[in-house]
Amino acid sequence: MILVTVGMQLGFDRLIEAMDRIAPSLEMDVIAQTGHGTYQPKNMTAREKIGPSEFEELTQKSRLIVAHAGIGTVLTAQRFETPIILFPRRFARGEHRNDHQAATAKNLEGRSGILIAMDEGDLPGKITEGLAMGNAEAPLSPTARQLREAIGTFIETGKI
Amino acid sequence: MTKSSRKVLAVASGGGHWEQLMLLRPKLEEYDVRFATTDRDIAQQRGIANADTLPDCNQDKPFKSALCGFVALWIVLKHRPHIVLSTGAAPGFFCLMAGRLIGARTLWIDSVANGEQLSMCGKLSKRFAHQCLTQWPDVADEPRVKYRGAVL
Repeated sequence: MILVTVGMQLGFDRLIEAMDRIAPSLEMDVIAQTGHGTYQPKNMTAREKIGPSEFEELTQKSRLIVAHAGIGTVLTAQRFETPIILFPRRFARGEHRNDHQAATAKNLEGRSGILIAMDEGDLPGKITEGLAMGNAEAPLSPTARQLREAIGTFIETGKI
Repeated sequence: MTKSSRKVLAVASGGGHWEQLMLLRPKLEEYDVRFATTDRDIAQQRGIANADTLPDCNQDKPFKSALCGFVALWIVLKHRPHIVLSTGAAPGFFCLMAGRLIGARTLWIDSVANGEQLSMCGKLSKRFAHQCLTQWPDVADEPRVKYRGAVL
C-alpha cells in the first residue's frame, strides 16, 4: 500500500491529481488524505481527514508515503521507518504562504529514507526508488548522531 | 558522578515536539530521565507510565500559562533534576525557567519545523536558557544559537 498525504488542513490538488494519474500503474492500494482539496480522485481511496492514530497505523502498514513537505509527516514516517517522498508545496503556485516547504525538502535531501520530488515529472521515478527501499531499519543519519552526541555532552558537562 | 545518576527532566508538548523528543529517547535513557508532556495518553502510547503532565498553553492564554508555570515549578521541585531540556513548546520553556530557579542546567532544542527562524520560546531561550540549539545551520547564530545536528 502507498499512503498519500497533504496534511489535514490546506488542500494540495496538484499532488493528489498527479498521484491519481499514476495510481493505476502501481498495482497496489493507494489511499490519500486530501485535506480541503477540490479534486476528486478516481483511482485511489480518498479521505479528507484521517485521525492521528489511524494515520500511524496506515503509516506502519504502507510500503511508501508520498507527501507534502510537512515536518509532522516526516517525523511520523521516520518513526515507523517507512520511506517517504516529499513533494513540496510551492509559494509561486499559491500552495502555501511562503516557500518553506521547498527549503525543507532541499535540506532533507539525501537523509536516509527520504526522497525528494520537486515536480510531477519526478514522481514515477522516485516512487520506483522508494518502493525498492523496503522497510529496512534506516541507519541513524550523521546529523541525528551529531545531535545525540551534543545532548549527551550537555547532560554530562552542562556545556555544548 | 556516574553517567546514569545524572537526573534529566525532558519536556515536550504533544504532536511534533513530542515526536522529536522521542527520536532523542535512546540517548536520554542513558541517564536517569523523567519525561513530562501535555497529554498523558501519548506518553502511555510509548510505554512511559511515570510521565508527568502539565497543562498546554501559549502566549494567547494568560491564565493557562500561569497555571502551566506553577505545574512546571511543581514538577521541577519534585524531581530536582540536574538537567532540564525541551524540544518545545511553551510548557517546556516554563520547565526550563523553573529548572533555573533550582540551579539546573537548561537546554532548549528548537523544533526542526523552524527552518527560517527560531520559535518565540526559542528566542526567549537564547537569553534565558543555558544553551539554545537550532536544527538548521542557517538559523544558527553563534555563540547564543548553536547548530549541532538535527533529529532527522
